[in-house]
Amino acid sequence: MQPRFDLRSYARDAAREDGTGLCAPGRQVLWREAIEGTVLSGRRALLAGKSVLIGLSSQFDAALAMLELDGLVARMVITPPDFLGERMASAIEQAQVDVVICDDENKDFGVTVPRFVISPITRETEAAPPPIETQWVLPTSGTTGAPKLVAHRLDGLLGAVRPRAAAEPAPVWATFYDIRRYGGLQIFLRAATSGATLALTESDEPLSDHLARMAEAGVTHLSGTPSHWRRLLMNPGAPRIAPKYIRLSGEIADRAILDNLASFYPDARVVHAYASTEAGVGFEVTDGRAGFPASYLGGVGDVEMRVIDGSLRLRSRRTADRYVGRDDLRLADEDGFVDTDDLVEREGDRFYFKGRRAGTINIGGLKVHPEEVEQVINLHDGVRMSLVKPRRNPITGDLVIAQVMLKENEVSPERKRSLKDEILGLCKERLERHKIPISIEFVSSLAMSPGGKLLRGKA
Amino acid sequence: MSIRLTVLSVMEEVAAEQEKKLAALKDDTLLVNSGLDSLCFAIIVARLEDALGVDPFTASEEVYFPVTFADFVALYENAAAV
Repeated sequence: MQPRFDLRSYARDAAREDGTGLCAPGRQVLWREAIEGTVLSGRRALLAGKSVLIGLSSQFDAALAMLELDGLVARMVITPPDFLGERMASAIEQAQVDVVICDDENKDFGVTVPRFVISPITRETEAAPPPIETQWVLPTSGTTGAPKLVAHRLDGLLGAVRPRAAAEPAPVWATFYDIRRYGGLQIFLRAATSGATLALTESDEPLSDHLARMAEAGVTHLSGTPSHWRRLLMNPGAPRIAPKYIRLSGEIADRAILDNLASFYPDARVVHAYASTEAGVGFEVTDGRAGFPASYLGGVGDVEMRVIDGSLRLRSRRTADRYVGRDDLRLADEDGFVDTDDLVEREGDRFYFKGRRAGTINIGGLKVHPEEVEQVINLHDGVRMSLVKPRRNPITGDLVIAQVMLKENEVSPERKRSLKDEILGLCKERLERHKIPISIEFVSSLAMSPGGKLLRGKA
Repeated sequence: MSIRLTVLSVMEEVAAEQEKKLAALKDDTLLVNSGLDSLCFAIIVARLEDALGVDPFTASEEVYFPVTFADFVALYENAAAV
């Protein structure tokens, strides 16, 4: 039997040069130290084979935890720092989490669950048991407000990562993503398995400081969503960095952002990639134009593509395996294709992205299901029903807007104003900021299908 | 109301809604120092499209991303002048 490779083994093989590693505001560690260190301070044996959730506030700590837990635990649920409350409780329950790795003994995880507080990195003294295959689990938004937990294997997550040639200089990576979301995780894994330095940010670091650190680290490769890149171009610190490779993913890369980046960073290769938590990394577009060549439908590398009913479907070994804790939900169709719910349309020899299938809304790379917002609005006593939909936006791709049908017919303008405030108040209590509708329109009716479902129309 | 004042009042309104402290805005104030984040600007652009009937980020082939408050106002003034 072939020895199983865990992330540490890949990182150990790749960490050739001295001086490469992870850095974050006020902290840094060499790959070599990270691989030979521990943040679990003697509790490895207790965690072996368990279902573990990473609920850390710092991405730097999360990186060290992922490096140590892969191959040790049976399941590793990776959550971003804004993942809290009921959604956290639901994830803990669905993934049958035994232990939460955290940095705060008193943090509220919504349920009572054993917790291990992470330790500063020290040299390991405890022997590691032989590596087992760890399931990597990333939460995504679900229609009911409860998150869906998407399960990957390490070899699937690494499917798009190409090994670096021996003569190739190690890139210096940075990402605007959080490495606990799929797009950022790809960059962490790329850096870890290629021995490249990765300059991480933390959620409280201003972009200007992040830029200064990226400039100091000599970042050559930088990734983010089109929204991240627009935010960068609006920052006077943008000229401080000189990336050679610019990668956009997670949202539609339109002509405006591609052209602006190409002229602002003339020495950079601007690449946009298609990837999603469920479908994995699909393909890259390297010609600097929006959309992708129609020839891609013939297959790109080992990724097969289909367009059915206007939506893009992908099949490859990089797609996720399944949803954890939800045997009723199917991730792929009978042929193994994952429906991305992204609509594409052919114009000449190219396909262009036309937004999400009526259903999900993409705000700067963060997915929102209209139903989860509608459920909150419908909690209000005065609301009969509501329809939440996207509004196109040049800064974040989409924004959330809502149409609300009230129970009463005759409502005074003053009453409408106070109802609007109350509904928005409910949303603020229960939803993350980007999910709160930016406008509420009161309507006298909402269109229904013959089957009694809200007609959402095409996004 | 002038375009500049409309832009300013929408920025104030959105800052209040989003519970952000808006900096005193002068022509050379950097947007990054305005106290507003990307989501705030996205909402501001949507509200200004409703108020002024134009979204300069999508109305023109030649788009640039504003860095200062004056850049931001000029985007709308130029779009209105077309």
